[in-house]
Amino acid sequence: MTNTESTQPYQDKFSLAKFVRSNGTQLGIFGVFITLWLIFIFAAPDTFLASNIYYAFMSTIPFFAIMAMPLTLAVIAGEMDLSFTSIMAMGMIAFILTYDATSSVALAFIAALLMGTVAGFLNGIIVVIFGIPSLVATIGTQFFWRGAVLVLSEGRSGSLGYTRASLLHPVLVGKIGGVFPMQMVWLIIVTIAMWALLNKHRFGSHVFLIGDNENSARLMGINAGRVRIIVFSLIGAISAFAGVIASLYVTYFWPSLGDGYLLRTLASVFLGGTSVFGGAGTIFGTFIGAFIIGAIEAATVAVGLTGFWTQLIYGSIIVLSVIMHSYLRRRLK
Amino acid sequence: MTYRIELKKVSKSFGEVQALKDIDFKLGQNEVVGLLGDNGAGKSTLIKILTGYHQPTSGEIYFNGEQVENLTVPKARKLGVETVYQERALAELQTLWRNIFLGRELSNPLGFMDIKKMKDETHRLMIESMGFTSSAVTPDSPIGTFSGGEKQGVAIVRALYFNADIIILDEPTMGLSLKETRKLLNFVRGIKGAGKSAVFIDHNIFHVYNVADRVIVIDRGMVAGEFNTSDITLDDLMDKMYRIAETGSFNGAVEQEYSQGQQQ
Repeated sequence: MTNTESTQPYQDKFSLAKFVRSNGTQLGIFGVFITLWLIFIFAAPDTFLASNIYYAFMSTIPFFAIMAMPLTLAVIAGEMDLSFTSIMAMGMIAFILTYDATSSVALAFIAALLMGTVAGFLNGIIVVIFGIPSLVATIGTQFFWRGAVLVLSEGRSGSLGYTRASLLHPVLVGKIGGVFPMQMVWLIIVTIAMWALLNKHRFGSHVFLIGDNENSARLMGINAGRVRIIVFSLIGAISAFAGVIASLYVTYFWPSLGDGYLLRTLASVFLGGTSVFGGAGTIFGTFIGAFIIGAIEAATVAVGLTGFWTQLIYGSIIVLSVIMHSYLRRRLK
Repeated sequence: MTYRIELKKVSKSFGEVQALKDIDFKLGQNEVVGLLGDNGAGKSTLIKILTGYHQPTSGEIYFNGEQVENLTVPKARKLGVETVYQERALAELQTLWRNIFLGRELSNPLGFMDIKKMKDETHRLMIESMGFTSSAVTPDSPIGTFSGGEKQGVAIVRALYFNADIIILDEPTMGLSLKETRKLLNFVRGIKGAGKSAVFIDHNIFHVYNVADRVIVIDRGMVAGEFNTSDITLDDLMDKMYRIAETGSFNGAVEQEYSQGQQQ
């Protein structure tokens, strides 16, 4: 049944209506992004027409945006992870303990990534093997890993000044040409990698499928448990990576590392149009969502409001965007 | 003669519930076997064993005369088993091409998919086999927007595309219109015409009798009887079905007015 001569191959003709239909949520959030941006430029032209603010965004947004990428995969698969901020810090504990033992920054970095992968893998095992809903399981592991960080560090913070001499520091958090932050390059790399994994790789197909109709996935021979475990491991590894970046940026370790990133990261994913019910979502949306979240704080102040307004504006934009996504999804069917 | 599939004394328990007990089942070359039985009789469990979804608690499975251990869904597929499940086995939010190649995406050794080829093949199947003519439906359309019959068409084409030798149809007429049902029954006859084998499960005895060479009646997890459709009239088969449902035996005395069907 592979005779292809009898019919014309499928011509993927471009039409605006079709493009809007299949990319509705992405266009929606992109519209929100552009609108907000124009408002910011209009209200604070001095700030938003200069390049400094954009370099500032590109230095700080990647810390949580990097983690939002694999988290998007988990949400599409119908899962949730609340433990990644603790895994960030746990990765750094592995980093510091390994450096103390070996004096090798490279080994320390590898240890951090391994620690993150193992912690994520354990989340996957708890969810898949023991059948605990991931929301509950990762509340537990969030406390567990934060607790482990506090016990192992005895609550102490410490300088990471020694990393400045290593190659890792400029590679992860250096500045290209003295201005363009390397962490932004890493965000772009992680974004492209996750986009390719989700959209071009069969693994991504299976992620969509188990979030959409797990029964169907199983009937069609997909090992849903394996897919889930890999997704959780990926979140763990990339969270530890983000932890190293965030810590090296300030060359200092705080045992509270990651606190404050949880809601921003989740908000980026949902703002980007990923469905909380699973089966639908985009990496592009999450990317835009992260920049909206990251820009609001600076923008609020630049526009002339006090910092007290930040959360109110966060809340409004998140709620309105999620309503918009739900509306678009129904209308564009 | 070797059978396409043969089950020997297959039993399956879920905890304390014994769903199947000592099932002997054969599917011949180029044969359509109908499975009949009430809800909960074990039909679904039996086909899920054939497709590798469930592993039997005990018993042996043979494909083309060779014993197969630890049958899984991918293994069964390699052995040529394809299943047409109800529309429940489609992913509603995903596009048509993703559904056609679900679980078997064409991809390179690194796992990256050949999306263009999958879309082309989907397009070809749509025109040649699914009868989609509307230009509103493309390989990129999400399945959720299709009608019941269209979804069933997708499920069938999905099974056929991969050149299966054994096609299992699980209640394929459920929710279909009369016209769609007729198309489906013709399709099952087509399977036989193409020299393949099929197992056809349906509540509707008329449908099964019409297309099957042989009918197996399952009751309470056991094979209650087998009949060649050429040896038994539809009336006799219906009579036996009612008796088994009422009494658990083909020859048991049945109370009057069974045909009005005390639906419970």
